[in-house]
Amino acid sequence: MLSELRLNVALALALAAVPIAAWLLGEPYIVTLATRATILALAALGLNIALGLGGLVSFGHAAYFGLGGYAAGILASHAMSGELLLSWPIAIGGTNSMLAIWLAAFLAGGLAALAIGALSLRTTGVYFIMITLAFAQMLYYFAISWPAYGGEDGLPFYVRNHFPGLNTMDSIQFFAIAYMFLAAGLVVFRHTAASPFGLALRASRQNPSRVEFVGVRVYRLRLAAFVLSGAVTGLAGALYADLNRFASPQMLSWHTSGEFIVFVILGGAGRLFGPVAGAILFVLFEQLFGGFTEYWQLPLGLVLLCVVLYARGGFIGIVAGGRSG
Amino acid sequence: MPGALIAEQILNGLQFGIMLYLMAAGLTLVFGVMGLINLAHGSLFMVGAFACASVASATGSFWIGLAASLAAAAAAGVLVEMLVLRRLYGRDHLDQVLATFALILVFSEGTRWLFGSFPLYLSPPEFLNGTLLLPGGIEYSRFRLAIIAAGLVTAAGLFLLIHKTRLGVQIRAGESDREMISALGVDIGLLYTLVFALGAGLAGLSGAFIGALQSVQVGMGEPMLILAFVVIVIGGIGSITGALVGSILVGLADTLGRFMLPIAFGAFMDPSSATSVGSALASMLIYVLMAVILVVRPGGLFGRAGA
Repeated sequence: MLSELRLNVALALALAAVPIAAWLLGEPYIVTLATRATILALAALGLNIALGLGGLVSFGHAAYFGLGGYAAGILASHAMSGELLLSWPIAIGGTNSMLAIWLAAFLAGGLAALAIGALSLRTTGVYFIMITLAFAQMLYYFAISWPAYGGEDGLPFYVRNHFPGLNTMDSIQFFAIAYMFLAAGLVVFRHTAASPFGLALRASRQNPSRVEFVGVRVYRLRLAAFVLSGAVTGLAGALYADLNRFASPQMLSWHTSGEFIVFVILGGAGRLFGPVAGAILFVLFEQLFGGFTEYWQLPLGLVLLCVVLYARGGFIGIVAGGRSG
Repeated sequence: MPGALIAEQILNGLQFGIMLYLMAAGLTLVFGVMGLINLAHGSLFMVGAFACASVASATGSFWIGLAASLAAAAAAGVLVEMLVLRRLYGRDHLDQVLATFALILVFSEGTRWLFGSFPLYLSPPEFLNGTLLLPGGIEYSRFRLAIIAAGLVTAAGLFLLIHKTRLGVQIRAGESDREMISALGVDIGLLYTLVFALGAGLAGLSGAFIGALQSVQVGMGEPMLILAFVVIVIGGIGSITGALVGSILVGLADTLGRFMLPIAFGAFMDPSSATSVGSALASMLIYVLMAVILVVRPGGLFGRAGA
């Protein structure tokens, strides 16, 4: 049995080595796939803060992912058309700068998580699952019925946004950006999990009344975790929109929320590299079975059922064993 | 605004609410008795619609199709309960969410594989075509009226089943104390399967009705499932009465919102932007309703406090 640390290092190296090799061999499609897996892993890492550490089963993380995507799409489309996004009280135009877009997506995800979390965290258990799902669905319906930014058709933008010193249209350079974000996200996750905040959060997952009793406000603790979680997922949404050069209402759909939970659980909930393993497995699965049959989600569903029923602890739990954080 | 138009919209809202009730009742029963959150409830709705459409087109009778929808959805429910869900009753909600999400994938892709991606159409029986003149000069679709009637009869039947029969006593006992009722000699496994089949059958029936109004296609169940969640959050988990009140509330708010908001915004906006703003806000209305109720009563209208 591998130790979890070795497995994590192996995953991190493989996720970097495969696209570099593919790029050297002139296979841009594989680089794009690796970028997709990396960005999805970052989105699921965001969810893992709420779900893995805090035990908050959010079935609505598509909301933050989609908002991040639309933040990128809307800013880029305003930069292209030259129209102001806001003319009063201060004039705000669109932008093509990734740095500004990332900030906007991070804030959009965080603020939405603050509003939705403040309401949803008044409840627990099944209520929480249903309510987060319902709020995400509200944003989905709003996006498809609001015609200004594409409605059901989504919002395409033709050129990737710019990052100083890089050519973002080059697949390997864009991959490098996504990979750096994932690495930074993993560092943040690790520090958060080990910090007093993270310890209190993990304790509140196991016994909220005790944590409350020793003087920690569990509601605030969970809300803080939920906001950080939404902000990270929002950032991933902006990267995902830039990858496809398309902000799609599909990013907001309940299916996306379900997939994020799948990444976290398939990889191993609460584990540092759980979402990374889950996203890689998902993208691999989609490619392998998607090549055979158009109905590849049928075997995916069956595999998932088996994982839930028989293999608790996910991929990392199976390979490395031990308990999750 | 003509009164007849408003009356028609209110009837539409009522009809939609009653269909939602058939969905939400099963969902809330399954949660109340087994403590299971079942995302695949929307798939059972879809199974009912597909069974009705294919049997009705094979036999030429909507009624046989309707019976088939009930039977097929209940059978699918029993199968899923015995093979998968039975193992999940004691697990935490996360496992239940994940397993039933997996079931959605299996059901949706399986149905797409069997029937293809094109929608099927299902027409209501001949004598229910056309409209009926109601008192007050309101013309209203006969089929929709029949759906309202059928839904009300089903709701009444469910009420009697739960409050007046031995099975109902066991279901209610199961909701309040599972261990005690199995200690008293009730076959709890059988009871669970029956409750699940009942909920599934109701969802299938609702699927057949909605399928005849709209079209029958893969993925038709999930929007209904999510609305049923909103209904349950509003009504209170595990409460059948709450499900009924919540369904009617959501049905009316959604239908009337889509009708009135564009008109309301038209009072001070140009027509095309009033339509887009109005309909975008109308699509959010029921979620706002849910949020308000959540703030005022976190346990839902009929829920136990602190649930």
